[in-house]
Amino acid sequence: MELKGLIIDKPTEGIFRVHRSAMTSTEILQMEQERVFNKCWLYLCHESEVENPGDYRRRNVAGRPLFFVRGSDGKVRVFLNTCTHRGALICRRDQGNSEVLQCFYHAWTFNNHGELIGVPDEAGYGKGFNRAEMGLKSPPRVDNYRGFIFVSFNPDVEDLVTYLAGARDYIDLVVDQAEEGMRIISGSNRYFIKANWKLLVENSLDGYHVKPTHKTYFEYVTSLGVKTGAVQTAFSRPARALGKGHAVEEHDGVRGRPIARWSPLFGEENKEEIARIRARLVHKFGEQRTRLMADISRNLLVYPNLMIIDSIDITVRVFWPIAPDLMEVTAWQLAPKEEKSELLARRLDNFLTFHGPGGFATPDDVEAIESCQAGYKAEGVEWSELSRGMHREAIAEDELQLRAFWRQWYGYMLGLGKVETSDPVVRERSAVAG
Amino acid sequence: MAEARPGGNDNSLPTFRETVEDFLYHEAALLDEWRLDEWLALFTADARYVVPTTDLPEGDPKKDLVFIDDDMVRLRARVERLKSRHGHREYPWSRTRRFITNVRIKSLEKDNIFVTSSFLVYRFRMGETSPYVGWYEHRLKQLDRELKIHHKRIVLDMEALREHGAVSIIL
Repeated sequence: MELKGLIIDKPTEGIFRVHRSAMTSTEILQMEQERVFNKCWLYLCHESEVENPGDYRRRNVAGRPLFFVRGSDGKVRVFLNTCTHRGALICRRDQGNSEVLQCFYHAWTFNNHGELIGVPDEAGYGKGFNRAEMGLKSPPRVDNYRGFIFVSFNPDVEDLVTYLAGARDYIDLVVDQAEEGMRIISGSNRYFIKANWKLLVENSLDGYHVKPTHKTYFEYVTSLGVKTGAVQTAFSRPARALGKGHAVEEHDGVRGRPIARWSPLFGEENKEEIARIRARLVHKFGEQRTRLMADISRNLLVYPNLMIIDSIDITVRVFWPIAPDLMEVTAWQLAPKEEKSELLARRLDNFLTFHGPGGFATPDDVEAIESCQAGYKAEGVEWSELSRGMHREAIAEDELQLRAFWRQWYGYMLGLGKVETSDPVVRERSAVAG
Repeated sequence: MAEARPGGNDNSLPTFRETVEDFLYHEAALLDEWRLDEWLALFTADARYVVPTTDLPEGDPKKDLVFIDDDMVRLRARVERLKSRHGHREYPWSRTRRFITNVRIKSLEKDNIFVTSSFLVYRFRMGETSPYVGWYEHRLKQLDRELKIHHKRIVLDMEALREHGAVSIIL
């Protein structure tokens, strides 16, 4: 498979095209597993999902079965979900709480630190058998950035903070909204989309589709009393490449935010609470950063496949390729631990109306990207066009943030090492400004 | 709503159970025929329509993440959206067929009727088949000799929205 030439990137001519085989080829998918998913840091979970000692959950990452457990010592550990004896899955429930985890096949027993503590008839093994070495295995690298736990199957990957590059500050903007820390709300959305996983990266960062695709959502919002003028200008903020493939698209929230911009939709009864939260943020972070946190909404891509969508609600969405034309998506809701129930209700409300697969927007995104995937079968059109905003300082309605993802993807696929992901015209402007 | 019933003499009154079952079948027919405004009229003004997530069937919309938690304002908006050509996941509409069985009248207090049933909703669209399987909780009220839905909760048995990609139809 010739990878070179899959992307045409000519900034001076304003041309950026992606060859559609990147979305349809099984060979490319196999290479992605090896060159992207086996190289990057990958999002696994939020530490709040295992709140108490003994809490565990299982989850697949890049097709590998893993589970994570908070040990009796309070520490969260991540394990490959396979018995060190003959391979059976150790953790066979989606979640639970236990001091020990026993393989059902031959009853080998591990404590929740991963140590092998019980082997039936251990005398049957000779001197070559060392129980201390037979504990559960972890992925080569595991790290936690402010509650978000990532793993990497690449032992040589750079440290997580370096990897996060410019995305780190945007994660901080989210996490700092909480006084007592963030937590994942129980209940998750698991759905499959019959499309290439990269199309959901594009869709999740794409401000250009929002108005045309989600017309019915905005009609609903308008019927609740939001002025449509606000929607028209909401996506005019600059889009940013954050380095290493991470990218962000920011926009003005049209319905206020529980943290911390009151709008009539929150009701008079919540006005005071939102003002209190805002005052706390100003006190702690200053006016300017509070405005960034509390007035502006953002769709953040943590390369390659984690989206943190911080609007009225905070959606954490991760998606994995199953086949070139099939992905599995899971979405959760993140909320401050201390959030009062009325504000939590508004937050959940927004997730349900927009970001959930039963909402008024996400089903249409699913339809849109499945429609793209179906259209590729026509074959006669080889390239997808992603040059929007290349000639100007790109805004959320442009495609700079999509190009940032694609340039990094191309870099990984070709093994190019460090890649400049922003548009050159923007790079020049920043250099002048700097 | 009342339909001709074979057997028996024409004057025989339906049993209470038959009345409830007929109501559920009538609701299913309205949805299969996309008669959504008529379907909306089956609900009381303070009704709720809830679909929990597949991983938390006992989910409480007040504190947990669910798929759908509609009051009548949002349910009406959902219907408007489905009738619009901009509700893309259902434009054109899918073909559906609902099967309701294992109807159990769990409790009956004054005018409040609590009914559970098993359902299978087949959805066909764009060459794909996506079956939704689960059970319904209907809390019905007898108002002016008519049954109305006060609360409908749809609990899915699937582990994920695998073939479906979304909950784009009304279940």
